[in-house]
Amino acid sequence: MAQPASHRRHLVTILVENKAGVLARVAGLFSRRGFNIFSLAVAPTDDERFSRLTIAVDLESVSLEQVIRQLDKLVNVVAIEELDPADATERELLLATVSADASNRGQVIELSGCFEGRIVDVGHDSLTMMLAGTPSQLDDFEALLRPFGIIALQRSGPVALKRLVRADAQSPASLARLA
Amino acid sequence: MQLTGAQALVKSLEAQGVEVIFGLPGGAILPVYDPMIDSPIRHILVRHEQGAGHMAEGYAQVTGRPGVAMVTSGPGATNIVTPLANAAMDSTPLVVIAGQVARASIGTDAFQECDTTGITMGVTKHNWLVTDAQDLPAVIAEAFYVATTGRPGPVLVDVPKDVSNATMDWYEPGVVDLAGYHPREVGDKDLVRQAAHLIQRSERPVIYAGGGILKSRASKALLAFAELTGIPVVTTLMARGAFPDSHALCLGMPGMHGNYTAVTAMQRSDCLIALGSRFDDRVTGKLSEFAKDAKVIHVDIDPAEIGKVRMPDVGIAGDCRLVIEALDDSVRALVSSGEAQADRSPWLATIRSWQEEHPLHYDRETSEGVLKPQFVVESLRDATPDDTIVVAGVGQHQMWASQYWRFEHPYTWVNSGGLGTMGFAVPAAIGAKVGMPDRLVWAIDGDGCFQMTAQELVTASAERIPVKVAILNNAYLGMVRQWQEMFYEERYSEVYLSPDLPDYVLWAEAMGCVGIRVEHPEEVLPAIEKANDVDDRPVVIDFRTDAMEKVYPMVPAGASNDDIVVDPRFGQGGR
Repeated sequence: MAQPASHRRHLVTILVENKAGVLARVAGLFSRRGFNIFSLAVAPTDDERFSRLTIAVDLESVSLEQVIRQLDKLVNVVAIEELDPADATERELLLATVSADASNRGQVIELSGCFEGRIVDVGHDSLTMMLAGTPSQLDDFEALLRPFGIIALQRSGPVALKRLVRADAQSPASLARLA
Repeated sequence: MQLTGAQALVKSLEAQGVEVIFGLPGGAILPVYDPMIDSPIRHILVRHEQGAGHMAEGYAQVTGRPGVAMVTSGPGATNIVTPLANAAMDSTPLVVIAGQVARASIGTDAFQECDTTGITMGVTKHNWLVTDAQDLPAVIAEAFYVATTGRPGPVLVDVPKDVSNATMDWYEPGVVDLAGYHPREVGDKDLVRQAAHLIQRSERPVIYAGGGILKSRASKALLAFAELTGIPVVTTLMARGAFPDSHALCLGMPGMHGNYTAVTAMQRSDCLIALGSRFDDRVTGKLSEFAKDAKVIHVDIDPAEIGKVRMPDVGIAGDCRLVIEALDDSVRALVSSGEAQADRSPWLATIRSWQEEHPLHYDRETSEGVLKPQFVVESLRDATPDDTIVVAGVGQHQMWASQYWRFEHPYTWVNSGGLGTMGFAVPAAIGAKVGMPDRLVWAIDGDGCFQMTAQELVTASAERIPVKVAILNNAYLGMVRQWQEMFYEERYSEVYLSPDLPDYVLWAEAMGCVGIRVEHPEEVLPAIEKANDVDDRPVVIDFRTDAMEKVYPMVPAGASNDDIVVDPRFGQGGR
């Protein structure tokens, strides 16, 4: 029986060598093995030799172990970490341009304020706002903006780091290790 | 010491111990061919780049050393994509050096430009585009390291023409250290112990030996382990020769055209010990029906194979030879600690009864002098030494060769397994003969396959590489014809090739080979003996075989292995 999409979604962060074509290698692997991606974010790390990819993987047709083990075969992939959304600090950025003329501009700004979003650009009859938050906060915000008329919307896909271990907290999901 | 990039590249190949390169020059690789004149490396000039790739594969499969091919940019590189894909599927160590247009021209659709690293990304273990001549010694060392370690496979190094022409300061590359590549060879000890317990308790165990046995040079370890435990062994298409066919524990080939006993023993097993095999669909048949009662122990150097198709009860990532030796120790320890082995005599007796009831069959009573392809394979087998290297293409002839040859030694069988590349046999046989010049090398080929790469016999004649080719000429794309007969109501669509267009004897002679035609059974042995005596040029024998003959047994595609079909002329198939 098919699982709901939220259960199929797993975050994998992949540390890769900063070499030409490395994104194509990862993307090509997902494509040729028939693995599905919900979102992908990539940027250099603090060490210029490496970049980190954060991929939200759809596990509808394949196990997480298989995805990780296939990724590990790529020579430019240095480390792979599985992040259980429950044990990760996960954030995503949303930019949205929304219709907002004099009649409803106040409502839009108020909504943005409720989510602690920011107005980053203002036009005569539209606004561009920014919100950083968890993917589900962004989902909510997007749904509430929709009635005003979304002109353009862009989300970054989530990035994530493992939640820190504290003595009083439960230990986070262990690193995905290869057998 | 200042060298050009081209000189550094050739010197790096020499440093890797390369003794032969199969290749064909062209514009972008021209600078590299200049220092080849002064190199001790033998270069074999092929007639098509696909030939270079398959020759390098044949060389690698019989020697265990990486095969090396060199091609130019654009069409040179695209022509070798098939061998790269073939080597990736069959885990063959292959290093391809490709020329590329100058760096400034990359991305401009320059003459003979293509995105070689992009095109080959999915069919190589890794590839490199060299952008600085100074990197060449390190990149070549990395390429050979990646190709030959862990699960072996093909790699490609793309070298722009201006990089070859640039100067660099020569250096010896250090020990290869790649941040993201650390193949794990030793199996987990606890898992090995668990596997040993499972094995000792099993009443109907089968060893499912795959090509990884040959890659890890584990044939001796496998023999010792099978004899220690008394467990019968099936050898997959990629593992023929890894365990001697004459051994009492050898059940032969499983799978779609495997023999009844090998297929059925796996189906009825309670413990499948998969060693360097990957549960290929041609072995498992319908997966949900495959070996349903078996606990599975899966040993593979590639962790991604474990659980990819069938979830094992014990999965051990590691080198086959090392893990088999560890299993051997573990079983011995269990025995000496008093853990009894389950009684397997009923199982072995059942297997014996299957072997007696369902041997491989073909109709030996040839009416009107019809030549049976199986008879040709048996005659070749009987008229050649048992260390003869047999090379096959893909199709009916390949299956008959695998079924009717008797493999006694590892590395005597070369074929295209995973990719199923028609046209593999002729160039692969040439490469095998280059690697093992003192051994008799026979290609058993089909007429359809032969027409795909036959021009490499010109290479073989020019280079004095005396391979033998037996064409089982049934005038059809025989395996396709068989499927159309069995599953498409004898509607034969585009499978007829003609027995005498081309005239294979004239064609062979035009390519500098000896050409022989055989139409009747009594001519078979004299022709083979004549061919075996020719040592200065290739020989091609055009065996005119029975076009109606089919490969049996057969598990139809997608069917359960329980529904194995034996030749209807020889009784009922199935359970």
